[in-house]
Amino acid sequence: MKKKVLSLALTFALAVSMLAGCGTKEEKNAEPAATETTAKKGTMPAIKKEDLKIGVIHITDPAEGSGYTYTHDLGIQGMQKNIGLEDSQIIRKNNTSDQDAVAIQTAIEECIEQGCNVIFATSWGYMDTVEAMAKEYPDVIFSHGTGYKCNGKNFNNYFGRIYQARYLSGIAAGMKTTTNKIGYVAAMDKQNSEVTGGLDAFAMGIYSVNPDAKVYVKVTNSWFDPEAEASAAEALIAQGCDVIGQHCDTSNPMTAAQAAGVYGVGYNSDMSKDAPNAVLTSTMWDWSAYYTAAVQQIIDGTWDATNYFGGMKEGLVKIAPLSNLCVDGTKEKIEEVQNKILSGEWDVFTGVIETNDGKTVGEEGKSLDDATITGGINWYFKNVVEP
Amino acid sequence: MSSTETNAKKQNRFTLRTVKRAQLPKNKVAMLRLAALLMALLAGAVFIMIIGSNPFAVYKTMVEGALRSKLAIYGTIKIMIPLLITSLGITLAFKMKFWNVGGEGQIIMGALFASYFGIFHGDWPHAVLIPVMFLAGMLGGGLTGLLPAYFKAKYNTNETLFTLMLNYIALNLVIFLREGPWADPTSPGYKKFALFTENGRLDKVFGVHAGWIIALVLLILTFIYLKYTKHGYEIDVVGESTATAGYAGMNVKKIILRTMFISGAICGIAGMIEVSGNAGTMSEGVTRGVGFTAIIVAWLAGLKPWSIFIISALFSIMEKGSSVVESTFGLSAACADVLQGIILFFVIGCEFFIRFKVTISKKGGTN
Repeated sequence: MKKKVLSLALTFALAVSMLAGCGTKEEKNAEPAATETTAKKGTMPAIKKEDLKIGVIHITDPAEGSGYTYTHDLGIQGMQKNIGLEDSQIIRKNNTSDQDAVAIQTAIEECIEQGCNVIFATSWGYMDTVEAMAKEYPDVIFSHGTGYKCNGKNFNNYFGRIYQARYLSGIAAGMKTTTNKIGYVAAMDKQNSEVTGGLDAFAMGIYSVNPDAKVYVKVTNSWFDPEAEASAAEALIAQGCDVIGQHCDTSNPMTAAQAAGVYGVGYNSDMSKDAPNAVLTSTMWDWSAYYTAAVQQIIDGTWDATNYFGGMKEGLVKIAPLSNLCVDGTKEKIEEVQNKILSGEWDVFTGVIETNDGKTVGEEGKSLDDATITGGINWYFKNVVEP
Repeated sequence: MSSTETNAKKQNRFTLRTVKRAQLPKNKVAMLRLAALLMALLAGAVFIMIIGSNPFAVYKTMVEGALRSKLAIYGTIKIMIPLLITSLGITLAFKMKFWNVGGEGQIIMGALFASYFGIFHGDWPHAVLIPVMFLAGMLGGGLTGLLPAYFKAKYNTNETLFTLMLNYIALNLVIFLREGPWADPTSPGYKKFALFTENGRLDKVFGVHAGWIIALVLLILTFIYLKYTKHGYEIDVVGESTATAGYAGMNVKKIILRTMFISGAICGIAGMIEVSGNAGTMSEGVTRGVGFTAIIVAWLAGLKPWSIFIISALFSIMEKGSSVVESTFGLSAACADVLQGIILFFVIGCEFFIRFKVTISKKGGTN
């Protein structure tokens, strides 16, 4: 009997190894963050406006009404209006888990099956799967949000200088605090350059107006975790923080701040709609700036699979109108810095920056390059207190 | 035989009993099933109308979405492969009346064992790596099945609880490995498993990864194993009565251990196929609930391999179709789940009434 089982197993092994026919395929390495869109000639043929069909892969449901996915979907809707597409030309795949490669793949394949020739995948965790799918479906244009990879043919990345807006919101927070303790709910830890760079910019904005204030960090280890986001904010408030900043998906840190009678700086959309008695301002994305530009390029045949990294100048990032909870003089101070950013005279990560472990980063008279900003900020600014 | 009692009236006590039916004639069974399906569609239609869509359009899209094109069919098949395999796996245990609800954990462990080689030995030649991953997947699932069987055989522990709890241990083991020891070194700040190299990916045969061939082979083997081998007969006897089996000179413990190892190993194969054929990497969501759905499939199919094939195909069409319905009509995932739930409710309810009948009897004064 044992022999029988063994022989069965061996038969399996044999069957499988016979299927294992083909050799290794050469893997294409992703180019590091290329930034400026310079080339005029596209890498993919133009698609007529009426032939466009756009698939959008969302990590949650736009119906959440305030956070990351909502904001991306507003961008898609804005693009639809700007370009003038029919409702039937846009297909949304909601609640696609970034922890489940098969779910991402299935969502993308279903879009393609329904005729999509352009895919916007909006969450960081989709990156590797999108890269693989781009290889598998070379006729479809793939554009992935908030990562860094591209393949120079039919796959690029789009992201933006949200740190500029975070710096400005830091000014509002630094001027508001009276306990000189400001909390920050971070989705990911120090190793994540996107989150850490944003936090540093916020802390630097605070420092520019209030060198005595400290920034306390709590990490949730998830982009979207309503409960953890609320409890992190509550813990920070219990430590004495009277302004809460956030880099996470829901407005729960803001509603927690409002419930405790303290203040906050929202993220993604204008969160004063969620917590009108707490929100000073919000750092916001206007993704329609990218989506409109990208789709227009696709129609014109000039889309070229280089990475997009827009900022305040391009209208991709901004801060929400200041609420009247801000102290006097906030508006003037922010406008002064904002003008410098818009004119290109100055940017956040310029000059020598002191970190919280006593080291320094950067050189006098120079700014960090974009590859470092997107992938290499793993240090906290000197006024940041680690968890 | 189960019976439930309700006090309909205080004085005049009625009892509501469920009694196992004698075999119903075939045409009556078919009628009942047809009626259940119609009622399910009707109830679903009411729900669809309440949320403001056209039920005919939704049902049409559901079926079309699963079958209308090559890509759609591929998608349906990819959903079906792990479901079919896992249903076959747990069927072996269920035949023995060993309630293996640990399909999830066994799939995960199979996937994890296979992923070890996929992640850390991606440089091995394809023809070596794939069979090694396949055997590792079998071993991972098999050992996870063997553990509760050992405790059942030795200490008569409750296998339902034991296998269920192992699911969560397996799941959290995955998270632990992802967060640290097995984390992709090229992705700091976002913990995930590395993608397998091409060497660790199952080949595609006619557009879908070769998992479908493995699934069909397993289907035939399971059929033969249960129907025509001594092992299959032993499983049946142990399932009917361990005492009878013991009296007939069978080594009950050995049969339990062996069967659960095979049951777990088959689930482990499903896990290996998912990571190697489908996802190309390990992930926390590797099972997508298949370990639990398979229980419904196996039970609805009456633990018959060929019926399992048909039922798992229908389930896959429903799941794939729902996903297309979701994006076509802009419904939320919850709506699609409700719709699936309504259909299942009637179908499973119907099976209950085919197997049992409800009688109301007035109780006499002897109480």
